Amino acid sequence: MPVLNIKKFSFTYPGVDHPSLKNINLPIKRNAITALIGPSGCGKSTLLRSMNRIHDLYPGNKYDGKIEFIDSNKNVSNILDIKKENEFIELRQKIGMIFQKPTPFPMSIFDNVAYGLKIAGIKNKTELADRVEAALKGSALWKEVHDRLDKSAMGLSGGQQQRLCIARAVAVKPEVLLFDEPTSALDPISTGAIEELIVELKKDVSIAIVTHNMQQASRISDYTAFMYLGDLIEFDKTETIFLNPKEQKTEDYITGRFG
Amino acid sequence: MRLLVNKIFLALSIFSALIGLAFLAWILITLFLKGLSSFHFSLFLNDLVDGGLRNLIIGQFILAGLASAIGIPLGMAAGIYIQEYGQGRYAAAIRDLSDIMMSAPSIVIGAFVYAIIVVPMGGTSGYAGAVALAIMMIPVVINTTDSMLSLVPRELREAGIALGASKYKVIIDIVIKAAKVGIMTGILLAFARIIGETAPLLFTSETSNYFSLDLTESFPSLTVSIYDLANEPEESSRDLAWAASFILTVLVLIINLSGRFITRNKK
Amino acid sequence: MEKIFQKLSFSSASLVFVILLGIFITLFVAAKPAIDTFGLGFITNPDWNKEVTLETPTTTSEVEVIEEDVSDDDDAMIADEDDMMLEDEDDMMLDDEDDETLTKTIYGGLVPIVGTLLTTIIALAFALPIAMGIAVFLAEIAPKNISNIVGIAIELLAAIPSIIFGMWGLYYFAPIVSDLFGGYQVSLLTAGLVLGVMILPFMAAITRDSMNTTPNVLKESAYALGATKFEVIKDIIFPYSKVGIIGSIILALGRALGETMAVAFLIGSIFVLPQKITDPTISIPVAMANNFGEASGLGESALFYLALILFVISFAIISLAKFYFLKKAK
Repeated sequence: MPVLNIKKFSFTYPGVDHPSLKNINLPIKRNAITALIGPSGCGKSTLLRSMNRIHDLYPGNKYDGKIEFIDSNKNVSNILDIKKENEFIELRQKIGMIFQKPTPFPMSIFDNVAYGLKIAGIKNKTELADRVEAALKGSALWKEVHDRLDKSAMGLSGGQQQRLCIARAVAVKPEVLLFDEPTSALDPISTGAIEELIVELKKDVSIAIVTHNMQQASRISDYTAFMYLGDLIEFDKTETIFLNPKEQKTEDYITGRFG
Repeated sequence: MRLLVNKIFLALSIFSALIGLAFLAWILITLFLKGLSSFHFSLFLNDLVDGGLRNLIIGQFILAGLASAIGIPLGMAAGIYIQEYGQGRYAAAIRDLSDIMMSAPSIVIGAFVYAIIVVPMGGTSGYAGAVALAIMMIPVVINTTDSMLSLVPRELREAGIALGASKYKVIIDIVIKAAKVGIMTGILLAFARIIGETAPLLFTSETSNYFSLDLTESFPSLTVSIYDLANEPEESSRDLAWAASFILTVLVLIINLSGRFITRNKK
Repeated sequence: MEKIFQKLSFSSASLVFVILLGIFITLFVAAKPAIDTFGLGFITNPDWNKEVTLETPTTTSEVEVIEEDVSDDDDAMIADEDDMMLEDEDDMMLDDEDDETLTKTIYGGLVPIVGTLLTTIIALAFALPIAMGIAVFLAEIAPKNISNIVGIAIELLAAIPSIIFGMWGLYYFAPIVSDLFGGYQVSLLTAGLVLGVMILPFMAAITRDSMNTTPNVLKESAYALGATKFEVIKDIIFPYSKVGIIGSIILALGRALGETMAVAFLIGSIFVLPQKITDPTISIPVAMANNFGEASGLGESALFYLALILFVISFAIISLAKFYFLKKAK
């Protein structure tokens, strides 16, 4: 049973007449890492950003089809049906997102991680402290920052900032985490640390990751979806996609013939 | 609860925007009603002494025009220096000082020009008024020139230099041309600003009831006369002040909007 | 040719420095007689253009001062000017006491200084919340096309000449305010409120610009955690653009301090310390606008002294905004 089930999904940006995503059918499997790959402009980020409806910050987008969310209690809901503000908030607390560039908020390290908890209504100081610590430990950042939790998050290195953002997203205990090219702004060593962390996280959450780096997809993901010009060309286990692709386009892309 | 706070906050914010718009509408509607009811085409034909505004409008344009003739070249040259020639701290300091000068109280600039021009010349004059307005205008032109030139890509300059052009040639022929639209917009906005100024003219040009092209004497100014007329007890003077305000505002808004229009069209 | 061009642009740039320094020196020199006569006590003295007889005990020292200074040519001149001034004043005030007694005119700046500060504070208190609301509306709430249109409207409001605000304020706004709050139609309150309306668009526009510098990803990542719009604005956008916003408030404050025409119509222009917020009084720019023409001698010098004070205050405030806050914002 997947956690997200994308069915016949199309997406159109405002002011554009042709859809940027056409008839996508894709499951995001539970406690696994699904990588979305493809050349730039293929729609992989657009698809990812549909899963938590972050697109809706900018009006005028058109959705078609369904994105089913099957939560841990097996309740099924269609993400695209959401209209009310409180439902959006609930959705985003269950489906977290990590962005291309690290996005530390202009506040202390502690407050960054506690932010999602605080807005979710947790006020108890010890509970906050415990959950912040757990999230930072879970993001392999605790050792580096435990003695400067009250310092500004802006002082951290890029890699640390990105792990902080992961800790922030993890702290609210989401069911799904969406990663939008999380390492493209980082150096190789930080990238390695983040990749390890993502693999570690799949014990507790289901993960979808957009990456332009095919090695990264093959290193960490269990499933891979290859997209091209708004179409989902092929979806399968990662080994199959990389070793035995069925489609010619997939093979051309992963062997580096274009993209 | 969170959603309620959110709703209240958003409502307050929209409400403030409505307040802002309401003030704009209130002022403009007042101006139109009062201004149009006292407006007559003969205002453009007669001078203030005969109950018209002709000399004042022409005078205001001459003052602002002369101020531009002084302020635009100086401001542009200074902006070019800051962006193209100046290195290090001196240029940076000039940029900061120019920003400060832009916010200097206009009445203080009037007092300054009074002390250095009006007193030595023995009386108020059109020249003094134009100089005061020019001082208001220079920092605005510097600011626009500086920021518009900074948007011109470095490669363009390098390409010019690589063709063997000298630096000033590159600046005049290429860089300024590339930034032309932005600079023109800035200058129009600056002009719109100084043509509506009153305070720096109060004791520099003063105003005159008669038509005059003699810049060595008190010079007709629309804004200063509005101030005088509005404070007169007679209803007729105040009506004339409203008509003059209406004309002034329409002028300022037209200049301002055309400045914006140029940029938008270019985009 | 290259050299000439470079020299020209250099001199134009240096002109900025020369003008600012020139303003400062000129004001100082013109204010010197008043500074010498009244010293820093000028700032705390509430009397303007007040005649005092020189026979009172306090003024004996004044006389001594003048005698001591006779050796110095400049000061002697000032003393002369003083005397001439006094004669003028006496001529003007026909109902005055007999011309025999020696009188001296005192100028103190307290009333216009207080008037300037109070109108500015009222203007800020009124404009600040509304301007923030408008900025939030423009930057975060309104859809793009509405934001653009409202933004242009707000900027047009900023472009309207200040004299128009003054006239509108006097004839249309002030009657309503005085109906609501009582008191005079020309008062600290009405002047401050009209000044507030005037700086409102300016403040809103630059606050919006500061808020717009917040990167989209930062906002998105807060929304992605389930934050509401209010929370994103309060926790992310305001902290992120804090320095820029404070800078823009201070710039607006600088503008309010030096504004002449909008206030001139409404403050009442009398040199009396206000007892209530609805009392008329005067501000520095208005004192200059309305008295410069008639003033001469020590009275004119006292006005220059006020101008110097205003210039120094606004210079300090604007430098603070520029160097401390807006620099950081970049």
